[in-house]
Amino acid sequence: MFSRILTLLIISLTFFNVSAYAATPSEPLWPTLKTAYFGDTEIREDANDLLVIEAPKRAEDAAIVPITVKSLVAQTADKYIKNIHIVIDNNPEPYSANFSLSPELGLIDISTRMRVDQYTFVRAIAEMNDGSLHMVSRFVKASGGCSAPAGKDAAAALARLGKMQIRMRKPTVGKPVQAQVIVSHPNYNGLQFDQKSRLYIDAHYVKNVAISYNDKPLISVDTGISVSEDPSIRFTFTPTEAGALSANVVDSKGQKFSHSKDI
Amino acid sequence: MQKFFLSMLSLPFLMLLSSCYADTQYPVKEVISGIYYHQGVHEEPAESNIGAIANVGFIIGEQCVAVIDSGGSYLEGSYLRQAIKNTTKLPICYVINTHVHPDHIFGNAAFKDDQPTYVGHEKLAAAIAAREGYFAKTFEVTLGKAYTGTEFISPTLTASIDKPITINLGNRELILTAYSTSHTDHDLTVLDSKTKTLWTGDLLFMGRIPVMDGSINGWIKTMTQMQTMDINFLIPGHGEASSDKWQQGLKKQLDYFTLLRDEIRVIIEDLGTIDQASKEVGILEQNSWELFEHYHRRNVTASFVQLEWE
Repeated sequence: MFSRILTLLIISLTFFNVSAYAATPSEPLWPTLKTAYFGDTEIREDANDLLVIEAPKRAEDAAIVPITVKSLVAQTADKYIKNIHIVIDNNPEPYSANFSLSPELGLIDISTRMRVDQYTFVRAIAEMNDGSLHMVSRFVKASGGCSAPAGKDAAAALARLGKMQIRMRKPTVGKPVQAQVIVSHPNYNGLQFDQKSRLYIDAHYVKNVAISYNDKPLISVDTGISVSEDPSIRFTFTPTEAGALSANVVDSKGQKFSHSKDI
Repeated sequence: MQKFFLSMLSLPFLMLLSSCYADTQYPVKEVISGIYYHQGVHEEPAESNIGAIANVGFIIGEQCVAVIDSGGSYLEGSYLRQAIKNTTKLPICYVINTHVHPDHIFGNAAFKDDQPTYVGHEKLAAAIAAREGYFAKTFEVTLGKAYTGTEFISPTLTASIDKPITINLGNRELILTAYSTSHTDHDLTVLDSKTKTLWTGDLLFMGRIPVMDGSINGWIKTMTQMQTMDINFLIPGHGEASSDKWQQGLKKQLDYFTLLRDEIRVIIEDLGTIDQASKEVGILEQNSWELFEHYHRRNVTASFVQLEWE
């Protein structure tokens, strides 16, 4: 008797919640994605001793979701995180970014902004210099209401194309400093519509952002269409001597933009 | 015990009953001679409110009727159409959309049989094309049965920035003005020149927290200009229509975005993050707006990435 009541209760509760879950795809995509991107290599899950991933619980604006990955173990020449791969399961192109990291970065603290238009897992997979893979993930709920991953002002975005900024909080030689590289770029994902030609605009997005200090590479990020308009890369590094922080950007049409800033 | 379970089981069915929307529950109010609106509820769109969360309505001329925003679902559009038929025998000649958001355009298809001219900002069609796939996928779930029949219909008559157009409903001229990026990049207002009544679309939210889906700086500029408008009545996108309350509503909305901008600028200057800004900025405003928790952080996030480029 009790089990029957329980079943009914569960059915009625399911009825309540059906709308909350309907947007979640029924089949988990991760097993397929894992094989597609990482082959048979084992991935250690919940690697909370090595990495932290920060993302808002809800995508407040589907077009701009800040994602931060931090390491809990400092990079050394012998043992360091070589790459951090970002995968957003339910995005049109789930493999979203690949950060190649210098062993000289110390503790990793990197952030970027992504498009997230539906309920999804966001994953950071650290690839160590020995080839081992370690993952942390966060679940992000979709935004509500009228939020859409579309840009807000296509004309303004295009007018600024290629403009860059390097921003830093009081850099001092020998001390870790936070820096941000932003490049103004519409990062069209190929789903936008052009009013004049009445055609869809070809995908046009930033492919790589390479950041170096005195010509020594610090971070190189391969990016794709999941990255928000005006791609932003934030990171922490320690300038060991006076010099210039520079960023070189290449987009999918082969356009190149660069910018540098002295410390 | 058994009674408890029985009452639990009946709850969903009671909810179903209450979600049935009878015609009598779709009142339209006459603001001034020949101008009617249905005031949306300050809720998130849902099947239970059929997406009827925005102000929608119509203006009756001597020859025909113009619809201004068609509703948040096909079902709301059909209720609005019925309300028009109950009020006048004149044909519906225009369906005007103030901007792309679902609560303002999803009722468009309910008027197809009237063969109206659909009217909007010159950038509205592009905005629809960029969002319709996403909106369809999301709102089919959110609105359930109320969504059935919803179609995306682009305007065939458009107004350009700095070039207002005039349409005539028979001894009643409406001036349609297209704005540069404000609430969205394609806001359109409708002015009934006879009574000096202005439909602002979502350039003005009253009661409910405004949503920035365009440009914070652009919208602040537009709001500043709107403060000196010479009009008798105003119908905001959300909240009550009035002759004497909108001035305060406009000031409140302008103050909100000005505060956001001031506080975000300080955080950007200090290399702060979006996350930090969305936790700190404008928090004291939380008791001043309905649905604050749904859209405030979004407003901060969207404004932040724009203000980085000042």
